[in-house]
Amino acid sequence: MSDRLYTKTELMICVAARLFHDGTTAFIGTGIPMLAAMLATKTTAPNLVPVFEFGGMGAILEHLPRAVGEARTFHKGLSASGICDTMETAARGFIDYGFLGGAQIDGYGNLNSTTIGDHDHPKARLPGSGGGNDVGSLCWMTVAIMQHDKRRFVPKVDFITTPGYLTGPGAREAAGLPRNSGPINVVSTLALMDYDRDTCRMRITATHPGVTVEDVIANTGFELIIPEHVGVNEPPSVEELRLLREEIDPERFYI
Amino acid sequence: MQVLESGKGELIQPYDLEAFREWNRTKSRQLVDKRMTEEEAVSRFVFDGCYIGTELYGTVRCPVSLVREVIRQGKRNLRVCGQGVYELDLWLAAGLVKKLDVTYIGLEVYGTSASLRRAVESGQVETCVEWSNGAISWRMKAAAMGVPFIPVRSMLGTDTFAYSAAQVVEDPFTGLKVCLLPALILDVGLIHVHRADRYGNAQIEGISGFAFEMARASKRLILSAEEIVPTDEIRKYPDRTIIPYYLVDAVVHAPFGSHPGEMAYLYGRDEPALREWIEASKTAEGAQAYLNKYIHAVKNHREYLDLIGQERLTQLVAERERRA
Repeated sequence: MSDRLYTKTELMICVAARLFHDGTTAFIGTGIPMLAAMLATKTTAPNLVPVFEFGGMGAILEHLPRAVGEARTFHKGLSASGICDTMETAARGFIDYGFLGGAQIDGYGNLNSTTIGDHDHPKARLPGSGGGNDVGSLCWMTVAIMQHDKRRFVPKVDFITTPGYLTGPGAREAAGLPRNSGPINVVSTLALMDYDRDTCRMRITATHPGVTVEDVIANTGFELIIPEHVGVNEPPSVEELRLLREEIDPERFYI
Repeated sequence: MQVLESGKGELIQPYDLEAFREWNRTKSRQLVDKRMTEEEAVSRFVFDGCYIGTELYGTVRCPVSLVREVIRQGKRNLRVCGQGVYELDLWLAAGLVKKLDVTYIGLEVYGTSASLRRAVESGQVETCVEWSNGAISWRMKAAAMGVPFIPVRSMLGTDTFAYSAAQVVEDPFTGLKVCLLPALILDVGLIHVHRADRYGNAQIEGISGFAFEMARASKRLILSAEEIVPTDEIRKYPDRTIIPYYLVDAVVHAPFGSHPGEMAYLYGRDEPALREWIEASKTAEGAQAYLNKYIHAVKNHREYLDLIGQERLTQLVAERERRA
């Protein structure tokens, strides 16, 4: 990135925030998804209903939650219930979006947050599914937000913690997962991606400013679909940056 | 009903519904005073090798004064279900955990848990059986319902399923695949609440996490409460009682019992105190020094609060989230 007016993380958050549609319900995971959701409610999606797994629904996000069960996740909320209720709400088809992170992702959008290496003798033991598997199984559409490099964008994840399209077209339904659900986007530090309808493989939609398609390919461990036309994402606006730095994460937990 | 796939994880707490009913049959229905100290509650109801869970978790409405007492008394070979942040980190660092039904053990904002990594990568924790957060709560819900298993649409098609002890079967009504989760009956549950009366009738403000399910899935239930209130207060708002007294074995009065975590509407989380653990736990020696300072060198919760200091606690009250 040539200029230093904003960081890669700030750009990634802004691109993710623009994916939220106003008046929808969205499951929000820990970390970057929280900043993106908060930015969305202050810009393009004021009527977004954020859902946090331990029971917070419809909070007004005035302060950045640092935990998915914090009081900030139901601050001025519409409802404060429990985890069975939020997950069952997703299972019944009421949650439109799920925003997730992970340590690894493959070309079908499967996510790993459990182990690097063999499960029973891991090189690195990671936190585990948390609510990730439920969100990736039960929401209509999921969006992954990831750092973009070859260690994270891998041909095969070491462990499928959270289902993407599994092994390809029809695999989710064959496994018993809800029909017409699955990943729709990946927002990374380099680009915005979606999935090809026919093959369920990840495809570049738009690169970030200053990033070339070749940069994205060089940092991806599997073959990406490159359409004829690849767009360029808008850089963060002055207002987006102001909101992020002054209102959303003034303590700089993430940015 | 045909079993199509079986998770290869160990069912580390097999259920016995008849035994659970018999157990519950013997629990007293009398309104008796169950107030006691952390020391007495843990020594009477937590035992080596037991299957134990905590609710909610680490930085949020967590029974940390009880968690510390379990370490102080050196309870061993624990089998634990967890979504855990700070609290399970402490147990892992103290070397008390033998088997895990793991859903999430990490440090949220601060990333992965060094204590979990050390305990699992060294083989100190013998087995990690994988579940999702929804799944572990639904397993407790099945136990609460008194049924052997519960069908869900999570975990299907993934390694989270493959390394769980769940089963995939054909739905006998539709022929579609569905995941069956085995009921989870805990030997001991630890739950922190906003208020309880002396008998154990308990109320929580804000989100209830999985307290409703865990309270009903636990054979022995220890409550810690920020405030002990007269039963008349409970009777004024019975709709708020999510844990009725007959489930409860011990009621421990623990103001600031969730510290360094938060308590909705009462006090905020103590960020510097949490960061102290994050830093200390990066090495085994650092973690041990932390355990010595905050657990072994203090006799009880009262002394722990003295160590934190009234000034800091007052500040956390000022920093709480307020009702709209």
